[in-house]
Amino acid sequence: MSAKRNKDIKVLQGNEACAIGAVAAGVNFFAGYPITPSSEVAEFMARHLPLIGGRFIQMEDEIASIAAIIGASIAGSRSMTATSGPGFSLMQENLGLACLAEIPCVVVNVMRAGPSTGLPTQPAQADVMQTRWGTHGDHAIIALAPSTVLECIELTVCCVSLAEKYRTPTVLLLDEVIGHMRESVTLPPPGSYHCESRGTPGADLDDYCPAACEGDTVAPLGHFGGPHRFHVTGLTHDKHGFPTMVPDEVDQKIHWIVDKIESRADELAMNDEFMTDDCDVLLFAYGSTARVAKASVRQLREQGIKAGLLRVKTIWPFSGKRLHELAPQLRGIVVPEMNMGQLVLEVERTIGGGVPVRRLGRVDGRLFTPDQITDFVTEELSA
Amino acid sequence: MSQAIETARTYLKPHKKLPTVWCGGCGLGVIMSSLLRVISKMEIPKNDIATVSGIGCTGRMPTYVDSNTLHTTHGRALAFATGVKLANPKLTVITAMGDGDALAIGGNHFIHACRRNIDITAIVANNCIYGMTGGQYSPTTPHGKRGTTAPYGNVEHEFDASALAAGAGASFVARTSVYHVRELDKMLEQAIRHRGFSVVEVMSNCYTSYGRLNKYKSPVDMFRWMKESSVTLREAERMSPEELEGKFTRGVFVENYMPEFIEVYDNLAERLTSDSTTVATQLRETVERYERLGDRLKAVG
Repeated sequence: MSAKRNKDIKVLQGNEACAIGAVAAGVNFFAGYPITPSSEVAEFMARHLPLIGGRFIQMEDEIASIAAIIGASIAGSRSMTATSGPGFSLMQENLGLACLAEIPCVVVNVMRAGPSTGLPTQPAQADVMQTRWGTHGDHAIIALAPSTVLECIELTVCCVSLAEKYRTPTVLLLDEVIGHMRESVTLPPPGSYHCESRGTPGADLDDYCPAACEGDTVAPLGHFGGPHRFHVTGLTHDKHGFPTMVPDEVDQKIHWIVDKIESRADELAMNDEFMTDDCDVLLFAYGSTARVAKASVRQLREQGIKAGLLRVKTIWPFSGKRLHELAPQLRGIVVPEMNMGQLVLEVERTIGGGVPVRRLGRVDGRLFTPDQITDFVTEELSA
Repeated sequence: MSQAIETARTYLKPHKKLPTVWCGGCGLGVIMSSLLRVISKMEIPKNDIATVSGIGCTGRMPTYVDSNTLHTTHGRALAFATGVKLANPKLTVITAMGDGDALAIGGNHFIHACRRNIDITAIVANNCIYGMTGGQYSPTTPHGKRGTTAPYGNVEHEFDASALAAGAGASFVARTSVYHVRELDKMLEQAIRHRGFSVVEVMSNCYTSYGRLNKYKSPVDMFRWMKESSVTLREAERMSPEELEGKFTRGVFVENYMPEFIEVYDNLAERLTSDSTTVATQLRETVERYERLGDRLKAVG
């Protein structure tokens, strides 16, 4: 290996990688509140943002943190916050405002075991449904889940890019293991990623419609202090951004914020597959669980069981496309999750009874072991 | 009068239908028109102003003011405003909140905004009641007064919003009422010019919810109450605690020069990036490494 190439190899922690990805994607504003196991993201941003012309602030709570990043985004920043379960619960209120008002921002949620204070230092994947449905009212969300430290960089960049492109909050769902894990990362070669921006409103200053919701195009978002003056509200609003109670306008708005994301589920789907070509037993997993599942696939293959792994990086919007494609060759799907069964509900809904879907939950604050998943699969097969 | 019409034409949103959502006799229109006069007098370009609010009757103010406007969730105006100001410090950021918005659900944000001293002006329209939801008692409803959730008189004791702001470290704190309009204009201007966090508590009247529950015969009666029950700081100094009972003091309570948050932050950032002898060097190298990664992304972005 050449000396030049070695420079691109680093040992990074997941949370740190996530912050690096954010800086790389142009995030220049961070507001947060300390919480285990996400604090390293805030600490990195506090150290680095003042050095690159950005600003960091530690707010009084998570409600204020997400409020501040939404405010900063409206004033033209690329903004981010990081938290964990209890803080994520507090953020739900303003997450809804960002969904409805279509304000780009990124929330990193390093999932820990709950409910309530739960196990602050132990991993879980228990916020999957909270991410999708946590805030009140109909809405949609984009959520990505990395399984490696390198993916923490990549998917943070994706979160920023998708937030900007679709004018929506995006959530990076880490679990405690991915957030605190250190592994060597080979920095990607130039041109590996693409980062979108929210666009620039047209020259017509009098007829700027920041909340237009027609056709296929997300309206560009101006910024406070720019040439366009505009109104942003958490009330249901018309295309100019002003409150409306006209049923047709309200209906159009709600459909718009949901459809602009849900209709693109297949387009936004990012998967990684391992030995799925000929598999007849599919492990469906994400985050740190997918790393364990990969080891299980190897173990099962050694036993002569044709197992494969479908690892989803895009959690929301949920795409069933790949599952549908694989279904005809499958005799069973096993979904290990560090919760009592959350994303498995989407798998079951997608498969619709065609192939048996088995849940394997773990909620004791510990990671799965490959043996646990392997044994579960063999037991299910013999049953 | 023509001056007033001109100000209204310039600083009210052109395509926003009037009248406002506020009831006849409400004090909020007085506060908004004062704000418009002050902005007009100070000749702040409309694009350089961000008016931010939370929920409630006062929360509706940005809907009408023709600046950049942000109508947020209940109690959170100052938290949103903090982000707006930090992202674009050139903006004149003004928040308008009611007493419930600023001091109950937003109480935590309020005290911390006071402590941080970011250059934001907070108008607290204090009408001692939750007006929009129909008259429930608020953190400023005086002890013994009625609300729909205090049907036999308020058991709790009220906040003194200005004292709270001063105690939490706000660098400018003033109080007046919607009856004392010239004083209101003056204080709002002082507050907006003040470099740091400024609070203007404006005693206001909600005849519909508070007035009727508390035996005021008309909005005029409530304005009379504000006239008769308020004393200036100078008058208050000569009065005993007994004489001050049931009255409120008007005036500028705090006006301190304190380093403003963004000023301090940016100075620090400049020191860090220009200092070649300390830990900054090391940090800068780290950042440059990551920036190279950023450049790679930007090259394709």
